[in-house]
Amino acid sequence: MDLFEYQARDLFEAHNIPVLAGAVASTAAEAKAAAQSMGGKVVVKAQVKVGGRGKAGGVKLAVDANDAEVKAEAILGMDIKGHTVHQVMIAQAAPISEEYYMAILLDRAARNFLVMASVAGGMEIEEVAHTQPEKLARVGINPNEGISQAKALEIVKAGQFPAEVESAVADVLVKLWAAFVAEDATLMEINPLVKTEDGRIIALDGKVTLDDNAEFRHPQHEQLVDKAAANPLEAAAKEKNLNYVKLNGEVGIIGNGAGLVMSTLDVVAYAGEKYGVKPANFLDIGGGASAEVMANGLSIILGDSDVKSVFVNVFGGITACDAVANGIVQALAILGDKATKPIVVRLDGNNVLEGRRILNEAAHPLVQQLDTMDGAAAKAAELAAK
Amino acid sequence: MAIFINKDTKVLVQGMTGSEGTKHTGRMLKYGTNIVGGVTPGKGGQTVEIEGKSLPVFNNVAEAVAATGANASVVFVPPKFAKAAVMDAIDAALPLVVVITEGIPVHDSASFYAHAEASGTTRLVGPNCPGLISPGLSNIGIIPGDITGPGRIGLVSKSGTLTYQMMYELRDFGFSTAVGIGGDPIIGTTHIDCLKAFQDDPDTDAIVMIGEIGGDAEERAAAFIASYVTKPVVGYVAGFTAPEGKTMGHAGAIVSGSSGTAEAKKVALEAAGVKVGKTPSETAAIMRAILNG
Repeated sequence: MDLFEYQARDLFEAHNIPVLAGAVASTAAEAKAAAQSMGGKVVVKAQVKVGGRGKAGGVKLAVDANDAEVKAEAILGMDIKGHTVHQVMIAQAAPISEEYYMAILLDRAARNFLVMASVAGGMEIEEVAHTQPEKLARVGINPNEGISQAKALEIVKAGQFPAEVESAVADVLVKLWAAFVAEDATLMEINPLVKTEDGRIIALDGKVTLDDNAEFRHPQHEQLVDKAAANPLEAAAKEKNLNYVKLNGEVGIIGNGAGLVMSTLDVVAYAGEKYGVKPANFLDIGGGASAEVMANGLSIILGDSDVKSVFVNVFGGITACDAVANGIVQALAILGDKATKPIVVRLDGNNVLEGRRILNEAAHPLVQQLDTMDGAAAKAAELAAK
Repeated sequence: MAIFINKDTKVLVQGMTGSEGTKHTGRMLKYGTNIVGGVTPGKGGQTVEIEGKSLPVFNNVAEAVAATGANASVVFVPPKFAKAAVMDAIDAALPLVVVITEGIPVHDSASFYAHAEASGTTRLVGPNCPGLISPGLSNIGIIPGDITGPGRIGLVSKSGTLTYQMMYELRDFGFSTAVGIGGDPIIGTTHIDCLKAFQDDPDTDAIVMIGEIGGDAEERAAAFIASYVTKPVVGYVAGFTAPEGKTMGHAGAIVSGSSGTAEAKKVALEAAGVKVGKTPSETAAIMRAILNG
């Protein structure tokens, strides 16, 4: 899960990483009130989970509370790269003398964590890596050793920070590591980390990604979820513990196993080129395709008004095809008149003959079976085009 | 021969007394896998009957190894306790630990992977994987044993069901070993580890490699193939239609910005001389043509 900047700020503050006062507002009036309580100049910042908002006009300096209201009014509702701005952060303004960069992230290739730190901040780090690589320290971290003060200092020196801020920046890095571990993050980035004119080191903007697999030990992360942004079908699927992603197409997809479902989307996309149709969703019903899971899956997909046909693609591994076939039959009985779209089924693997027999015997008018994945994909695409 | 496991592999089941552990222990025993016991902390001293075999339960892996001579384990322990289980297996210097569990926090995987590396003794497979099978010899994990038999194709895949699909498509040829390496961002055994083992295995003639979106493991595997592998390799990559920024079922299956795309992986593999199929069936057909000369 990616966080908004204000959520990252709050998380940093909770872990004693120095930040400036900040508050989130969803109306111009709230923005004005927040600016009033802070006093002085403030920065009004669009809260969107996408880069480049400054260039898009989503970050403005306000001289006082009234000005903050005007700026918030202008920014709220803006569209930044397809993201509508629903909230702004009101942040205390600070006179900045230097901008640095610091991040800790998961390094999949090295299978550990990576610290990146640079005296050159405030811009995209890829640009620094490209144009001034000597100023960017990249240091792998053994998760069982972590980042001690000494290690942090070594990294800061390698990032060419000026001597007078070395110790304060190293201190931030140690705290950032503690936060990274405590929150089960896969990314914590501070860009820019600034030195103010009065010599303080402050995290001015942050990006945080949290590990969804670690939700079980962080019940408090639930409240960070941006429920407003969730697609209603995705939200309904999540309620039913279904692994569902909405896409923009016409062929509804149900399959078992993430790899096979991704592959099914691709095969449908190829088959659909001819008819101008695409897969409508990703839905992995996993190992135990019970009637209930199948009914829940089918009802989500049939609830998508874009869907014109459905492709159920199952390779029975642990799951037996007869159980899947029974699931489809029972799901259609549960759905009754709500099931109106043609359903193409391809079953293979564990107990396939019995599975096919059950579907043949049920002879539901919406259901037709094909023997191969490619053939079934072509049929589902053809039906969606009609 | 085969890679990583054979008929002499003596297997412990960590989490054997749980429902998944019991179910799959039964399936593995039926296949002929040499299961020698289970580990469940707090339940040591018990004996469990599965598929007509009495299996001793131990409190930790070291005790189990001392009593049974086990040289591998398979982990069905829930995410919350998986790290402790894997650490226990590494501390007992087990040569092979296969982690089936899905949903382990990546900080935990990073930690036990680092511990395994430091140990120098343990190969991890997974997590979030179906395990591996050397048909006719041993089956460790949840791969159905009846799809196909022994043969001379090696298979390495991030995905469980695509592994099954590919074994099914090429069932008339059979496989030396099929390894499901798992769909998490951090996994122990990689495509490269399997490619190297298959290249070095005299009983493997050709290799199918299945990848999916996320990370750059396939690109690195392509570079490895170009430098090391002389046996024919056929590839398949899933996720061409996956949108940016969405996790597609597997925790590691995500396109971030412009990195981790299926297209980039396909291009890299093809540049290394790997023939990449557009669909699983087409991939199997390419392999079939190669094996039929």
